[in-house]
Amino acid sequence: MRHRQIATIARFTLLEALRTRLAWLYVIVLALILLTSYFIQQLAITESARLQVGFAAAAARLATVFVLSLHILSSMVREFNDKGLELTLSFDLRRSHYILGRLGGYTLIALLFALLATLPQLLLAPPQAALQWGLSLALELAIVTALSVFCIVTFTQLMPAASFVCGFYLLARALAAIRLINESPLVGGDALSHRVITLLIDALALLLPALDRYAQSTWLADSAPAWAALGANAVQGALYVALLGAAAMFDFYRRNL
Amino acid sequence: MTGERSLTDVPRRVWLALFVALILQVAWQAAQPRPVASAAALTAPPPLSALRVASIGEPVVLAQLTTLYLQAFDNQPGISIPFRELDYARVVQWLTTILALDPVGQYPLLLAAQVYGQVSDLARQRLMMAFVHEQFVQDPNRRWRWLAHAAIMAKHRLHDAPLALNYARDITRLAPAAPSWARQMHIFILEDIGELASAKILLGGLLASGEIRDEHELRFLTERLESMSNAEKSSLSSRK
Repeated sequence: MRHRQIATIARFTLLEALRTRLAWLYVIVLALILLTSYFIQQLAITESARLQVGFAAAAARLATVFVLSLHILSSMVREFNDKGLELTLSFDLRRSHYILGRLGGYTLIALLFALLATLPQLLLAPPQAALQWGLSLALELAIVTALSVFCIVTFTQLMPAASFVCGFYLLARALAAIRLINESPLVGGDALSHRVITLLIDALALLLPALDRYAQSTWLADSAPAWAALGANAVQGALYVALLGAAAMFDFYRRNL
Repeated sequence: MTGERSLTDVPRRVWLALFVALILQVAWQAAQPRPVASAAALTAPPPLSALRVASIGEPVVLAQLTTLYLQAFDNQPGISIPFRELDYARVVQWLTTILALDPVGQYPLLLAAQVYGQVSDLARQRLMMAFVHEQFVQDPNRRWRWLAHAAIMAKHRLHDAPLALNYARDITRLAPAAPSWARQMHIFILEDIGELASAKILLGGLLASGEIRDEHELRFLTERLESMSNAEKSSLSSRK
């Protein structure tokens, strides 16, 4: 019974995406990226194929994260505003199951997005590399899905939630580079301020997922990664989805409806 | 919707899930290796036009961030090893791009003269000095101090007096805003390499031109001219 409730919410989440023509929008975005990548290839004097696949992969990754996250945020905001949430929870349904259902539905959309994003890469890169890139993208999108659900449950409004998702994502992608820069100051390495900043950055590195290790365009342009790298991505993805899911449930239980 | 419900309204299993997930996340991240900068990973910089677009109207900020990015590649534990591993031609490309984004900035020139130029490899030192010279020519009055540093390095590190002299002469010729010590540098280089006659003529000419107005400097240079004359006389008498 409980599992059926979760599956029903997930199914309606998926249906909503289909009826709002999300898939078409996403396909158009991917087509534009692919066309732009061909344009860039024509401009390049050398390494044109490398440039093309690098651009296509990096742009598709960023666009996918953007479209998916915005869809989740706006979809849940609409449900809050339309009082659909109150109606759903008036049934015999646990709040945690509502979150699980939503999370499941959006994760399915994320998987479909990753599949669609991988198809153009198959045209441009070796199949194994494209497959690994696609799997890694799916894991990254699962984290973004959980992050978006958590943010909208916590903030309830689009602007703060979207800003948080954006900031979090950029920070998680850039944190390894920030750590490297921080570890090698030319001057003032022993200063108190530098030690405090180092502590802060190290603490952030413990809490944030290392998204820079996911779906790298270099896998397609240069060499495919070892499967172990994907395994590490999967473990990190599972852990972080669980963490954000639990955090979303926690906040959702505390909400007064 | 009004306020928040009590923490006790959150079921225990959610508390537990949150706690366990948090512990596992921290443990997992703590077990991951720290990011390692690789000197070989330095690729060519993006085209300047692309960077200008990416800067969305803030090229100076982008130049500064790019400088920090470049810096992360070289300043690693065991400083001389990564410097040797760095592709200096690429480093020059990056520094040139950064200066093109922010022509007023001095940071890339400092990096070239004082950081990358300090590597214990003569070819790389020369490359950095050539970069400093090339950039100096484009804006001599603002960048003379880095060429002055390069002149000193050429003389004392590379033991290449003609190169040092060339740099010092360029400062005199192209950078009227440089202070007199920098503009007089070529005279002392000539003196050091034994070209006393040339040094004397230049110093005498400088004193006669009336450019030097500071009394102390005037006295110092006059004494220097006299000591050069004495040194020349003694060398001539010892030859006889």
